[in-house]
Amino acid sequence: MADTEHEFVRSQMLPALAPPSSQVGAVRWMRENLFSGWANTALTLISAYVVIHFLWGMAPWWLHAVWNASSLPDCRKIIQTDFGPHAEGACFAVVHERWKQLLYGFYPDTEYWRPNLALILMLAAIAPILFSHLPRKLLAFSALYPFIGYWLIWGGTIWFPVSALLGFVIGGVVFKLLAEKSAVVAAGAGIVIAALWWMFGESWLEAALHAALPISLPSVESRDIGGFLLSIIIGVSGITLSLPLGVLLALGRQSNMFFIRSVSIGFIEFIRGVPLITLLFTASLLLNYFLPPGTNFDLILRVVIMVTLFAAAYMAEVIRGGLAALPRGQYEAADALGLDYWKAQRLIIMPQALKISIPGIVNTFIGLFKDTTLVVFIGLLDPIGFINAIRATSEWNGIYWELYIFVGALFFVFCYGMSQYSMYLERKLRTDHR
Amino acid sequence: MKTTVFLGIAASACLMAGAASAGTLDDVKQAGELKCGVTTGLAGFAAPDSNGVWQGFDVDYCRAVAAAVLGDPTKVKFVPTTGQTRFTALASGEVDMLARNTTWTFSRDVDLKFTFVGINYYDGQGFMVPKKLGVSSAKELDGATVCIQTGTTTELNLADYFKANNMKYEPVPIETNAEAQQQFLAGACDVYTTDRSGLAATRATFAKPDDYVVLPEVISKEPLGPLVRQGDDQWADVVRWVSNALVEGEDLGITSANIEELSKGTNNPEINRILGTDPGFGKMLGLDEQWAKRAIAANGNYGEIFAANLGESTPIGLSRGLNALWTQGGLQYSPPFR
Repeated sequence: MADTEHEFVRSQMLPALAPPSSQVGAVRWMRENLFSGWANTALTLISAYVVIHFLWGMAPWWLHAVWNASSLPDCRKIIQTDFGPHAEGACFAVVHERWKQLLYGFYPDTEYWRPNLALILMLAAIAPILFSHLPRKLLAFSALYPFIGYWLIWGGTIWFPVSALLGFVIGGVVFKLLAEKSAVVAAGAGIVIAALWWMFGESWLEAALHAALPISLPSVESRDIGGFLLSIIIGVSGITLSLPLGVLLALGRQSNMFFIRSVSIGFIEFIRGVPLITLLFTASLLLNYFLPPGTNFDLILRVVIMVTLFAAAYMAEVIRGGLAALPRGQYEAADALGLDYWKAQRLIIMPQALKISIPGIVNTFIGLFKDTTLVVFIGLLDPIGFINAIRATSEWNGIYWELYIFVGALFFVFCYGMSQYSMYLERKLRTDHR
Repeated sequence: MKTTVFLGIAASACLMAGAASAGTLDDVKQAGELKCGVTTGLAGFAAPDSNGVWQGFDVDYCRAVAAAVLGDPTKVKFVPTTGQTRFTALASGEVDMLARNTTWTFSRDVDLKFTFVGINYYDGQGFMVPKKLGVSSAKELDGATVCIQTGTTTELNLADYFKANNMKYEPVPIETNAEAQQQFLAGACDVYTTDRSGLAATRATFAKPDDYVVLPEVISKEPLGPLVRQGDDQWADVVRWVSNALVEGEDLGITSANIEELSKGTNNPEINRILGTDPGFGKMLGLDEQWAKRAIAANGNYGEIFAANLGESTPIGLSRGLNALWTQGGLQYSPPFR
């Protein structure tokens, strides 16, 4: 046996060499993504030039920003003394001085804690709706929130929202009592009795309770509510009310019952055929003539109703898209299990249809939230309305970008938040049919 | 066209609404608050300050009326209205009076069923150009590009003026005054045209106002004034004579500084009649005898209101011009208090 066949046997592996510098890290990434050919290289260079040029032009404006000044000429003077006679700069002092109006409108200074608290409670109220791993008992608070929020923002006696809430309780009890016999009759009776309560019983109870135990906050008029507070009130109420209404309309449109189907189709097509601004003008102007003189039908409430109806029509079509995407087998499976219509919808159809419609639903929500700025045309002072008003004062006349950038940034935060939530929801609910 | 039909409906509905309610004066007294329609924001005329308190020329008129009727110039609820909502807000009773730099025209007075109670500001359309354009008269503007707000009377006036002078222009349509300022400064148009008060206010906001001039030509009449619903003559009289009292106050030298002194009695019988030292006029109007005294004391007389909001010491810096008293070559003139 020859035992020296091999002069040398490596008993250990050599450590791997570092890859060449052109194949790692940023250099490789740039070669692959930015300079992978002459066309891409040219495009990269052009884009880089445009971006740098743009930033170069903007940078002084941002860097020279002034945060403390009493007026625009004052601002310009500060910039010129600090950065030379031809310097230009942003004057964010206007935001510093007027942020309260941009956020709260004419809401009284001493009561700012109320909208703040309402906002925090609102987050607490929507959390259990948005995130399913939170305890389900929190939903009770969500249901109570509209009344708490109303009382906090508008103030007045606490017994008004309490007795209004009682209407829902009475309607619910009636529904429960009759539900055994027929769900439709029970729902109808519940609604009628609740409506009767609101028309006749409510104000009496409110007065009686208020006399017995006067708990109240100083009331704030709708005219004093403005700025982002107004946008959020209109946006959030529109969003939360339009989804259930949209579901009902979408189901109504697919219903076999002629009357319900034609009413739903008529409503959806009418609303979709009319611009939102027309509905807002109707709310603010025409209703004044149709209502009996002396009726005080709150303007914000009118706007919320119109915005909700508008969004609900779009929502109905989005959800109909989800319903149409479901295979027939799902409906038949529900029937085969012996589920009635409402159970089938609740347990089988809607969870799937809504999941499919998430991007469309969130799209409608974001659109609705941004559409709230249209109320500026009927004289309500939302953030855009306040920009006009602030620009009309002698101190700030002539300012432009700073205010729009501020308001734009706030809207972006909200809309981006909604969009991120929808992404999260899609990921969570993905059951992968791929 | 659409607007006309719409406003027509609004106007006819207003008649019904007007018939249904009692006198506005009684309504205001009962509510303890004057609902006054103002703009959502126009430099010098109406805008909220940083404390949320409305300030401006039109605002001071609302305050004067509130002082006369309710005895307190702060008892005004300002309702911001836009160009589209202002007339329906008045017609439907959402506001008691409009002080919203509204031009008195035939159709608004007659067709829309409003009563203009007077003219508190004589405005007119003018032109602003950069100085480096080297233009000193509007007659030299042939071929210019003009920034013009769409859907306003200024657009029509502009077309008429250029046609009458056999000149051509290229319109740059814009939506708002804010947009106009940006476009004009960026050089998108050679000329910016709107009411001269607006031009002065806009020019005052520029970083270098001296680089721009307002041309001397005035190409339209824009008489602005407060208005009320037609058919309530008592209320119209109240607002009209409050306006007149402010002008007459300036004419007679009654200022917010000397009003207390003068109200003790003077040897000028007209001052005594206005200030209620010689009683009688307040009762005729359905108010108490101190009404005009309070109206003038609220913000001063017409001259003081003008100086505080629009005059040469403010950033807007308007001279009195047509708005000087008749004794000083202007048009401001009050019928006698007799």
